[in-house]
Amino acid sequence: MYYIIALVALVFVVLTGVVISRLQDVIKSVKKEESADAVPSGNKVNGALFIVVLVLGGIAIAWSYMHSREFFLPEASSVHGRRTDDLFWFSMGVLTIPFILVNFLIFFFSWKYQYKKDHRASFYPDNHKLELIWTIIPAIVMALLVFTGWKAWSDITSEAPSDAEVIEITGKQFNWIVRYGGVNDNKLGNYNYKLIDAQNEVGIDLSDENSFDDFQNPTEMHIPVNRPVLLKIRARDVLHSVFIPHMRVKMDAVPGMPTKFWFVADKTTAQMQAETGDPNFKYEIACTEICGQGHFSMKINLVVDDEESYKKWCAEQQTFLQTYPEYLAKVPDNLKAKAMKGLPETTVAPADSSATASVAGVSTGTSIR
Amino acid sequence: MSAVEGMDNAHVDAHEHHHESQNFWQKYIFCEDHKIIAKQYLITGIVWAVIGISMSIIFRIQLGMPDSNLSWLKPVLGGWISDTGKLDPNFYLALVTMHGTIMVFFVLTAGLSGTFSNFLIPLQIGARDMASGFMNMLSYWFFFLASILMFGSLFLQNGPAAGGWVIYPPLSALPQAHPGSGMGMTLWLSSMAFFIVSQLLGGINYITSIINLRTRGMSFDRLPLTIWSFLITAVLGLISFPVLLSSVLLLIMDRHFGTSFYLSDIYINGEALPNVGGSPILFQHLFWFLGHPEVYIVLLPGLGITSEIIATNSRKPIFGYRAMIASMLGIAFLAFIVWAHHMFVTGMNPFLGSVFMFLTLIIAVPSAVKGFNYITTLWKGNIVFTPGMLFSIGLVSLFVSGGLTGIILGNSALDIQLHDTYFVVAHFHLVMGAASAFGLFAGVYHWFPKMFGRMMNPTLGQIHFWFTFVGIYLVFIPMHYVGIAGFPRRYYQFTSYDFTNKFMDMNMFISIAAIFSFLAQFIFLWNFFYSIFKGKRAPMNPWRSNTLEWTTPVEPVHGNWVGEIPAVYRWSYDYSKPGAKEDFIPQNIPYSQTLESNFPHENELIATEKEIEAQNFNDQFNSH
Repeated sequence: MYYIIALVALVFVVLTGVVISRLQDVIKSVKKEESADAVPSGNKVNGALFIVVLVLGGIAIAWSYMHSREFFLPEASSVHGRRTDDLFWFSMGVLTIPFILVNFLIFFFSWKYQYKKDHRASFYPDNHKLELIWTIIPAIVMALLVFTGWKAWSDITSEAPSDAEVIEITGKQFNWIVRYGGVNDNKLGNYNYKLIDAQNEVGIDLSDENSFDDFQNPTEMHIPVNRPVLLKIRARDVLHSVFIPHMRVKMDAVPGMPTKFWFVADKTTAQMQAETGDPNFKYEIACTEICGQGHFSMKINLVVDDEESYKKWCAEQQTFLQTYPEYLAKVPDNLKAKAMKGLPETTVAPADSSATASVAGVSTGTSIR
Repeated sequence: MSAVEGMDNAHVDAHEHHHESQNFWQKYIFCEDHKIIAKQYLITGIVWAVIGISMSIIFRIQLGMPDSNLSWLKPVLGGWISDTGKLDPNFYLALVTMHGTIMVFFVLTAGLSGTFSNFLIPLQIGARDMASGFMNMLSYWFFFLASILMFGSLFLQNGPAAGGWVIYPPLSALPQAHPGSGMGMTLWLSSMAFFIVSQLLGGINYITSIINLRTRGMSFDRLPLTIWSFLITAVLGLISFPVLLSSVLLLIMDRHFGTSFYLSDIYINGEALPNVGGSPILFQHLFWFLGHPEVYIVLLPGLGITSEIIATNSRKPIFGYRAMIASMLGIAFLAFIVWAHHMFVTGMNPFLGSVFMFLTLIIAVPSAVKGFNYITTLWKGNIVFTPGMLFSIGLVSLFVSGGLTGIILGNSALDIQLHDTYFVVAHFHLVMGAASAFGLFAGVYHWFPKMFGRMMNPTLGQIHFWFTFVGIYLVFIPMHYVGIAGFPRRYYQFTSYDFTNKFMDMNMFISIAAIFSFLAQFIFLWNFFYSIFKGKRAPMNPWRSNTLEWTTPVEPVHGNWVGEIPAVYRWSYDYSKPGAKEDFIPQNIPYSQTLESNFPHENELIATEKEIEAQNFNDQFNSH
């Protein structure tokens, strides 16, 4: 890094030197008689500076890129991520050609065709063939890039395979809550934002039997390796955006409009720890849609397990009802027996059926808090 | 503003007036003269630019040197700096938001279009003034009112708006979601409403003037490209700004009158809100329907100014005049049907994503044409490096470098990873921020002699260019690396995540380069204000240019031309015509006087000269 700073400092020093010498020229030129208005002071110096900046700039960009590479994200840990990465670097490669070509021409022509006394520019107002060429070539290159991008995009955004592991992730100021369908039915229960309270953070609707074995976790998300994972994404208050940099996954979380993203992670956390040589390596999920004061630290860790440890982890989790047995009161009477299955005996006892009966009412949902 | 007023007092008075003399207020404050209004826009824009860029320096210090003690800013920022010298995270977001709002709307829209459309349209089309001087005055004062409101919001207890310059609801709709979404957002929305009124008043005026007030012989195919760009820009603004107004009004309804246009299923601060059925995505659609054309509203005037300056200083006709107009029209048309490329990962239907990706990437084609045409204009020129020319060349370089990464971001598959990272920030700062700012600088340097009758110091201008040009690249090229490394935008600090808790040196480098570029702007400020009063007296046509404004007196009087408005016989790009004595032939020189350099088809046009001369349909002074 210090090299960069030194390099830049050098550029600045050179420029400052040029400036000072130019200033001296100005002072001199004030004394000299005024030349014709079209001949500017310092035309040669500026022409030369184009070449200097072109050369130094080229070196600086090449060098800084080499330097920066080690800080880029490691190779994607998801199948589609490697595809978009390849596409990204392919596009970058293609675009580097016009970047170099055009900037070279701008800088080089500026220097080459700088003002010369008694020289006259050539009157060259148009050339249809040339213009056709540089309309058609970019159009063809664009068509190529569009096509590859479109193929990737439609594959990535296609319907998730039916065997995908469905996990719900809900954003709120300022953390994420993940919810799983549970080990018994592996289906996410319904939700309703009006049922949200201090414990029931995502508004699980306990009148839906699928919700009885749902479990949630505000600190860690586990997913199985080599299996499609479908994220069902929700937001509770304002916009958030699920960003899993290592998986190349990003999708906004929108209040009132559930979104989704599916992907296949194919490197477990342990594999990545070995690959990066960093025993503390963690996959992370960040927020990339401004959501308020804590936007910059809205983090939840992601653990990619092999199938076995994933199953084991799921089985170890306490279901929502196990954690908060008092919510049994919200379960409709006819389903109570089913809901109580996994619960320890002691907590089941007071089956208070007075107020809450059939519908887990909207108002009660908010009043429990 | 008093600076300009004082200066103008000094020498405008020296001119003869064929109108009854006006008092100070009529002449400099509530003035209907397009030249004074342009200067009002310019000075206001410069003041806003200083504020807006200073904000970016503060948050760059926060990002690049997170451990630094900011206590020295306490006199300015007061309670926003904690006792330990740390920037308040809420205020960080406010800074980011206000920087974006100020730079996009108040500097690059009002400051650039407002200045140069007002100043150049009557002068370059050969008119006494705008179609409606009164509307023009209203336009500025609505802008001023908007400025006052926005500026006032900076001093609120809870800070100004802080939801990002795109103010996506629900964050911006719910005061309980963020302190900046209270009074700050109210003022932001009111300010923008007035700003839009100002833009519409101005835009209608620009369009009307260009269509109706062209002088004798100034057909559309003889208009300088500057005027074409202002015309297209004004049409873009006229179509898109009302949509922003509607989205702002709906947001105001949601905030204050309990509607649910953008709100649905929200539980916040222990309370479930009653709103259902709204869609935050609706706001994004409406916002970006303006927001994307806005990019071109900002950029096209810069490209127009550049076309004129590059041709003049290469001493060559602009290459492909018609292709330049066609590509601007193409860009303007496409600008309206690409807005959703800002929304690939908002949960919008992926099929729409495919459509918008396709349309977006088409824009690269007319943009490429423009880039290549500029380069061909430089080719075999006789280039004079005036500061205006340097900034124009710089603009082309920045436009191309920044535009190329747009091809990456316009690709929805690649946008998944890059969306809302610093890659985006780097991209649009190069292509629209810096490029348009360079257009503004180029225009100021080039038309300063016409505005103030004096020259800016060219050497200081050249130094300013090199420092700024190098500085901009030093800031934004490394920012692409930060983006590729996955750093998200609008983060107060990068220490919360392992994947961003690195690359500190690069962020520090960017901040240092930003501070350097910022400091370089003081060269410009000094040069600008010093030259207004003490600059060398300008000759009538300092750049030996063809356009009509250089046929006016050194300092154009009220009504621009003394006596009759010149007629126009040729396009504005007859530079270095073979056979001609000089290397430029102004637009008002008839072909009958340049027999030695005429092409055959131009000789035929000599017959039409009498007819052109005989016309007199738009001289506002002669009509009564």
